Amino acid sequence: MSVMGILEIIIPSAILSATPLILTALGGVLSERSGVVNIGLEGLMIIGGFIGAVFTIWFEHLGLGAASPWLSLLVAVVAGAAFSLLHGLASITFRADQVVSGVAINFLALGLTVFLVKKLYQGSGQTPYIDYRIDKTNVPILHDIPIIGPLFFSHITYTSYLAVILAVVVWYVIYKTPFGLRLRSVGEHPLAADTLGINVIRMRYIAVALSGAFGGLGGAVYVVTIATNFGPMTISGQGFLALAAMIFGKWNPLGALGAALFFGFAQSLSITGESIPFLKDIPNVFLLIAPYVLTILALAGFVGRAEPPKADGVPYIKGRR
Amino acid sequence: METKRANKWINALVPVIAVILGLLVGAVIMVISGYNPFEAYGSIFQMVFLTPYYAGETIVTMIPLILSGLSVAFAFRTGLFNIGVEGQLLVGWLASVAFAIHFADWPKLVLIPLCLLVAALAGGLWGLIPGLLKARFYVHEVITTIMMNYIALYSTNAIIRQFLYADGERTPLIPDSASLSSNFLSNITGGSRLHWGILVALLGAVIMWFLLWRTTLGYELRAIGFNPDASRYAGMNVARNIITSFAIAGGFAGVAGAMLGLGTYHYMSINASFTGIGFDGIAVALLGVNTAPGVVIGAALFAALETGEVSMQSLGIPNDLVEIIIALIIFFVASHYMIRWTLDRFKKGGAAR
Repeated sequence: MSVMGILEIIIPSAILSATPLILTALGGVLSERSGVVNIGLEGLMIIGGFIGAVFTIWFEHLGLGAASPWLSLLVAVVAGAAFSLLHGLASITFRADQVVSGVAINFLALGLTVFLVKKLYQGSGQTPYIDYRIDKTNVPILHDIPIIGPLFFSHITYTSYLAVILAVVVWYVIYKTPFGLRLRSVGEHPLAADTLGINVIRMRYIAVALSGAFGGLGGAVYVVTIATNFGPMTISGQGFLALAAMIFGKWNPLGALGAALFFGFAQSLSITGESIPFLKDIPNVFLLIAPYVLTILALAGFVGRAEPPKADGVPYIKGRR
Repeated sequence: METKRANKWINALVPVIAVILGLLVGAVIMVISGYNPFEAYGSIFQMVFLTPYYAGETIVTMIPLILSGLSVAFAFRTGLFNIGVEGQLLVGWLASVAFAIHFADWPKLVLIPLCLLVAALAGGLWGLIPGLLKARFYVHEVITTIMMNYIALYSTNAIIRQFLYADGERTPLIPDSASLSSNFLSNITGGSRLHWGILVALLGAVIMWFLLWRTTLGYELRAIGFNPDASRYAGMNVARNIITSFAIAGGFAGVAGAMLGLGTYHYMSINASFTGIGFDGIAVALLGVNTAPGVVIGAALFAALETGEVSMQSLGIPNDLVEIIIALIIFFVASHYMIRWTLDRFKKGGAAR
């Protein structure tokens, strides 16, 4: 098999598995930049995945056809944002330990969605499969370009482009707009931000809601592009992988994009590796654990030091220094 | 003095209120979805306390939960958050099973303690790494322990597939010489899987209490948990204590894994995902306000709820409701600020703050 042939298998598949990670990691960046640790990304993805499956099926019944999965993504954004407000309420207003609250979010999301699936589908543990998934396509014209055409414009879902565009948008918002400056200041030094008249509590609520929106979108994208139904095992670890991507990307949207693509690459290697000559001999487990090992190394400073925002995880209490 | 005693009282009250709130909200969800909460909670109570078999199974569930809770609580006392119980537990589980299978012909009285020791060492080693990274490189332990969980999950699965594979996606059975099971315990509980591990778990609780409150090490660990800077100023070696604390916490988690291997299942399965025992341990530790007796009580409650899933299912109520209730309890315990705030409002004429 030629090198080009191998790349034509690996790259599109890597982009496909990276897409939900990119979106969810962006949510993590937004929340943590404002100073709220979000271990609940996994739970937010679960909510998004559930909504993605249930609403796609419902819209299909209404006869909306191929538009169904896209509309379900919108619902997932709203549902994710709404659900994440629970995390906001606990960790911002009630000053709960943010890690514990995140753990609770993950539990609650799984319990609630599986409970609802059983209620909605007569005791079945998972939803039926959706008919209209967002499928891989070839982008007109562009996919004829030699070399980059087959790699980046063939066998690709439009959601992947959406994820990349959103990564750039989030980067622009965080680093180039007044809103982004406020967001970062609230996460680095909330007392100083408060002194300058920035409403710390409100900024953090907005950031957490945005992280829910992105997490929900990520989970729904996973369901409508890859899984095509939802059950208790559909989202198992992708949220934590997105968390790792956020850290490996040093709390920077573009860094998170790069890290998520890299993790997607490792994931797709562990899936498609068997059909590629020299990768056959590497035990699967090394590809599976690679993202996590790399994240630890990155944190320890071996792969460029990753520093969290200064006030990450610290509740803001007015008047206390 | 007066306020101090009142504070202590509130400290103990917060988890109780959290449990009540969790059960209440759970009841509301049941009413909304058309189930009878009295029937549901009643059936759990009846099952766990009045049916010998399920009473036994509740204790079986409780055993690893106690050790998992002790692990989290122990680390909490040093100001460390051990989300890594899942990984440490898997490593300890595999280590104990592998050791038992390899040295099958050793006498029981030697083999079981050694299996437990090996599990504790394996879990401790897995906990040592985040401790080391925290102490040496100031890496936050929450992230590293989560990453270590996944590394443990995939690695243990790969090792079982490669070296210890038996039909049914699991390892071979451990020899009788390493089993904690007991015909006596099983017979008095209507044939449940109840095993001597309960003694190990309770001993673990005593060890945690002793280490923390009766040794110099424990004093230093608690001091660092209160204020690392002051402890450093007083001449304590903070870095070394962080590493020690994480290793001991990992040891507890490793033994929790051994309980599954030597007691509950007699083998280790290839796990598609985590056992959940480690995450429940966080809730158990929080409920038990990081004390040894509290952890035992918290573990009993969670074990009863989880065993009660079966009785809820027999009433046609999806068992996931129990997971929802557990999540709610975690939420309410975590939001203790809200509960304290409310309690303060209720204390009319209490000392102004």
